[in-house]
Amino acid sequence: MRLKRDQSLVFWLFLAPVLFAFAMVIVVPFILGSFYSFTDWSSNARVSGGPHFVGIANYLNSFADPSFVYSFIITTAYTVANMAAINLLAFALALLVTSKLRFRNFYRAGFFVPNLIGGLILGYIWQFIFNNAVPTLGSLLGLSSWALPENLLLARSGSALVAIVIAGTWQYAGYIMVIYVAAIENVPIELHEAAQIDGAGPWRRMRAITLPMVSQAFTITMFLTLVNSFKQFDVNISLTSGGPSTMFLDKPIFGTELLAMNIFNTAFISNRLAEGQARAVIFFVVLAVASTLQVRSNKRKEIEL
Amino acid sequence: MRTRRSGLILLEVLALGLFLLFVFPFFIVLINSAKGAFEVTDRPMALPGDWGRLFANAARIWTSENIQYQSSFVSSVVITAGSLFLLSLLSAQAAWALVRTKTRTSSAFFLVFVAAMVVPFQIVMFPLLTWFRTVTELTGIPLLRNYSGILLAYVGFGLSQSIFMYHGFIKSIPLELEEAALIDGCKRHEIFYLIISPILRPIHATVLVLNGIWIWNDYLLPVLVLGKGNRVMTIPLAISNFAGAYVKQWDLIMTAILMAMVPVIVFFLFAQKSIIKGMVAGSIK
Repeated sequence: MRLKRDQSLVFWLFLAPVLFAFAMVIVVPFILGSFYSFTDWSSNARVSGGPHFVGIANYLNSFADPSFVYSFIITTAYTVANMAAINLLAFALALLVTSKLRFRNFYRAGFFVPNLIGGLILGYIWQFIFNNAVPTLGSLLGLSSWALPENLLLARSGSALVAIVIAGTWQYAGYIMVIYVAAIENVPIELHEAAQIDGAGPWRRMRAITLPMVSQAFTITMFLTLVNSFKQFDVNISLTSGGPSTMFLDKPIFGTELLAMNIFNTAFISNRLAEGQARAVIFFVVLAVASTLQVRSNKRKEIEL
Repeated sequence: MRTRRSGLILLEVLALGLFLLFVFPFFIVLINSAKGAFEVTDRPMALPGDWGRLFANAARIWTSENIQYQSSFVSSVVITAGSLFLLSLLSAQAAWALVRTKTRTSSAFFLVFVAAMVVPFQIVMFPLLTWFRTVTELTGIPLLRNYSGILLAYVGFGLSQSIFMYHGFIKSIPLELEEAALIDGCKRHEIFYLIISPILRPIHATVLVLNGIWIWNDYLLPVLVLGKGNRVMTIPLAISNFAGAYVKQWDLIMTAILMAMVPVIVFFLFAQKSIIKGMVAGSIK
């Protein structure tokens, strides 16, 4: 009996600190936030003395705001492009570094390293590359048109979005690569040997052995790249800060303002905190639904393969 | 056999090309860290005229009142080390308590922690600030613009995944080990510190690597909880303050970036195996 009591005492003592931290930064803010999104909460508000209930006005205002609708569209486009670019490149890199190349371990480290650098810092690096290094490279190659201000990648919203994809892919491909590498190295070598004896070429072995055997990894990599791309903020801030401006539904807006940045700007630059919170709730719901659907459809494919 | 050979050479060339493409941005940072203001915009692709300039630039950044690099470096180290210490100790304790106590409360807690992993930071970040401000008004404990608040925040946001990883590892430790210790007169909490904790070394490494890279590079949480232009700043904050200014001093920005990357890259060179292993383990779980 003493033992039992002892155990439950230790249980609560050991859990108390994490429960406290968890309640302070996740549970309470989550509940407050869900509630605030239905009020006229503003930045100088306190928890007591509370904001007033305004129904779903913040949600309606969000969808009526062209900048939010635009942000949603480009974030979706960015996410799809980024997922495709990262996974294709990462899989190719994984195949390269698991082949019999002489310096494969060296290459592997090189591909992985950008992942250790924060998105904010590498956004500035790429800003310098696109604005300064690329035009100079153009004139070195005799392509002086590269140096024209209107031809810079960051000068137009469409191509600036591509620039974020490039920076995002450079950052994340090495990480996804090591997940693929782990999966590829787990494929039993006997399978390849047996297939080779049966006369299967490298292409055939790839389709019939490697791809099905690593299908589980696809579920994980797709999930990670989906969530990561959808939440992109740091690179967005430092590479384009949302610019250049563009027109959408007859309103001038930021041309590369992804959702995470739109939420941030709504709250702190436009000073509409409650509406920013409502957008964060929408963001959460969309992300949760999209990632659930993705995992489910990938799992189904896993079985088919 | 011949085609096989030339195929392999083609792959070597392809891999080398991709490798050069991947390290190109690092190369750009390195060569431009050793240039002056004019040289950096005039000849961004050229090798620097005088490599000694690199140290002059670095010294300027290290001592500049404007950038506050020195104090930001110290703050970044304090915040990262402090959060990692708290996070690994508290999460390991909690995970052990959850694994070894088989009650409904215990499994409910575990489920809630796991579920919280899908909550994006965006949905809690604004109310977090209001809540912290309110707590400070009620208790007098400063949470915003202060170490205490950001440490609490990192523990809170990092614990779900950390507990999850420790939980998986501790489940595989045989219970007999603990029963034997109990019979030998070990107190229950002593079991954790004396028996379990030393066994956790490999999973500690994973948890520290995963959270360390996140916390060291993080921008959004510090910008909200610490704020810009504060006494306590992290390196990403200091760099965004400086590089986000209207007039871009690219020579100094590049040097500041280089100085921010070097500690991480040196750390990577020494602990490459466990970093990659840790990050893969973190993704698959």
